[in-house]
Amino acid sequence: MNATEYKIEREIVIDAPVEVVWRTITEPDQISQWFADKVELEVEPGGHGYLGFGDQGGPVLVETVDPPSRFSFRWNHPAGEEPAAGNSLLVEFTLATEGEQTRLRVVESGLDLLAWPAAEKQRYRDEHNGGWGKFLDRLARLPAERPKG
Amino acid sequence: MTADPDDELWAAIADPSRRRVLDLLVRRGEASASSLAGQVPFSRQAVSKHLVVLEHAGLISRRKLGREVLYQVVAARLDEATRAMADVATQWDQRLYSIKRLAEAAHEHAKTETPERGR
Repeated sequence: MNATEYKIEREIVIDAPVEVVWRTITEPDQISQWFADKVELEVEPGGHGYLGFGDQGGPVLVETVDPPSRFSFRWNHPAGEEPAAGNSLLVEFTLATEGEQTRLRVVESGLDLLAWPAAEKQRYRDEHNGGWGKFLDRLARLPAERPKG
Repeated sequence: MTADPDDELWAAIADPSRRRVLDLLVRRGEASASSLAGQVPFSRQAVSKHLVVLEHAGLISRRKLGREVLYQVVAARLDEATRAMADVATQWDQRLYSIKRLAEAAHEHAKTETPERGR
């Protein structure tokens, strides 16, 4: 994993035991209620699946299944390719018990690939040197960093 | 077919050398092609080409100062890139909230379905 990769991190505290939250995020009939309309998923490391959103959709590849604390999968990779770092988005869930509650954290990384034309994605993979994440971080701070005048 | 303006934006940013030029401009605020060329490991000619692409994508603008042409970043255009990230964050907030609702409802349901077990 590239440390400078651009990612989004979000978390929420849930009034339910960790096992219940685990089922909500990993069972296909549950996933279809908070994520995709259509969900087919083998919940095991290396398991393949499909997420459908209306008339669109795409394959997913499960990476980590470590109940009840870690679950991750890759999606949004180009059709016909095996998902891997550099051509897909990685979604990682982490669950932690806090008293009678569960803290659920999600990290989605690889977002620098979003909305790129396919040809540019290919170039990105060929040329990527890790500078992009840092660049985007700087973009986020742009108004503060611009010199006056 | 005309190119999608967004495609043009991302294509302009996708090149690492161009990113480096843009990055320099972000830090310096305003600079000429020759002063930029002094800070990158490629030729003045290459810098000029990158500046043309960046300007075409609307990421930078230029102004004349005496005999020099100075380039600067167009902040609003760069914001589009960061806005796309914010959209993704919002989507995940909504999904997490749905997960919370589902899990809490399932937990409530389980409590009422199996009362007093083991106590």
